[in-house]
Amino acid sequence: MVLTGIRANTLKPYALWWLVFLLPLLPLVWLFEQAWSMNLGADPAQAIVKFTGLWTLRLLWITLAVTPLRRIFHWGWLQRYRRMLGLYALFYAMVHLLAFATFILGWRPDLLWRELSERPYIVVGSLALLLLIPLGITSTRGMQRRLGARWVKLHRLVYVIALLAMVHFIWQIRSSFEDQLFYGVILAALLGYRIWMRRNSLKRKNLLR
Amino acid sequence: ALRDSVRNEAFSTDEKPAPYGNIITHNNFYEFGLGKQDPSQKAQAFKTDPWKVEIAGEVNKPGVYNLEDLLRPHALEERIYRLRCVEAWSMVIPWMGFSLGDLLKRFEPTSKAKYVEFTTLQDSEQMPGQRSFFSTLDWPYVEGLRMDEAMHPLTLLAVGLYGNALPPQNGAPFRLVVPWKYGFKSIKSIVKIRLVEEMPGTTWNRTASGEYGFYANVNPAVDHPRWSQATERRLPSSLFSPNIVDTRPFNGYADEVAGLYSGMDLQRWF
Repeated sequence: MVLTGIRANTLKPYALWWLVFLLPLLPLVWLFEQAWSMNLGADPAQAIVKFTGLWTLRLLWITLAVTPLRRIFHWGWLQRYRRMLGLYALFYAMVHLLAFATFILGWRPDLLWRELSERPYIVVGSLALLLLIPLGITSTRGMQRRLGARWVKLHRLVYVIALLAMVHFIWQIRSSFEDQLFYGVILAALLGYRIWMRRNSLKRKNLLR
Repeated sequence: ALRDSVRNEAFSTDEKPAPYGNIITHNNFYEFGLGKQDPSQKAQAFKTDPWKVEIAGEVNKPGVYNLEDLLRPHALEERIYRLRCVEAWSMVIPWMGFSLGDLLKRFEPTSKAKYVEFTTLQDSEQMPGQRSFFSTLDWPYVEGLRMDEAMHPLTLLAVGLYGNALPPQNGAPFRLVVPWKYGFKSIKSIVKIRLVEEMPGTTWNRTASGEYGFYANVNPAVDHPRWSQATERRLPSSLFSPNIVDTRPFNGYADEVAGLYSGMDLQRWF
């Protein structure tokens, strides 16, 4: 009995780790399957870029949801997976940009330059990805220890990144704003939660003083 | 299959047409959804028979006509045109139809007819996109041409594609095709043609007048405010080659139509 108890305790996080590791790969596997079987239509490049962009946004939002969910539902175990979810957001963002440069621009230098200089929403999106890279690099436990308080400050950049990603998305509205409204409302809730928590903790500090 | 038709070689490009399967699954027809494949999936039950068309405004013979009566006198011909979307992709498409001008003449436009206004069916029961709360477009979809553009022989009323009747997602039962203008000018599933004296308000122009002009002539020198129009991706593209080609003034039809705009500042009248 004692033994099984220990095993259950050690197995569970292990299984959960694999689940969190494998689940975000599913969209990519699905995309490969669709591309392989020529199911992406006349413009597979556009389909791939759109799909990976949307999943970048989703994973970024999910990463931002970790803290509120942990606090509201007392899901302490969730914290452990935040790094992986954030790294997946970075991973999808890189696939998104690589797919754009490869399948849509064919790595033509003149086109790359023109897109970067003429399409403001692409500049904003690239900036978001650029800022996400240092967060990925400093996401290890070692870096976290080494940077200490500065780590927390640095990783607050994720709020700026999320806002840039949202602008990148909104800037592409043409005939409908349905998706933008959906993701915008969720982001507003995720950021609003933090503002609200901060105000509460400031108030508490003032009362103690 | 449609009545026998002959290819109009003089008006046809010798570029290779996109496969039928691509043409009927890559559509911007926002009345049936936002995704490129939405129209092919959601428009299959669209009822196009019976279909009535109203001819109105500055003509001597206005009225509401059955589509068959409208089409009967016209010999269909095949024309292989380039279609350039404002989103910077393009396709080569073998349409079947006849010149709009031939139809307009039958209804005897008056001297006051300076523009033609076209309207797509409004039927939110059948067209889910028209029920969307999030749409930036007002329904029904409206487009327009200047009279000389409408009378130009290249301006096509299409009823078929690859020898078959138009599928719903491509604008059945009949649509406009103006090959030297961005695709959104080529209005689908037309129920009303009105000849008017003033320039009509058009759907995309009303939604974002800084981005979509009334003329909307394909022009590599005038960028969309959010993206370049200098090149286009010729579809179908594969993942191994993006198939990028340079966009040509008037979509390659400058010899035929540039004269319509002589003296006009095309940067201003985009």
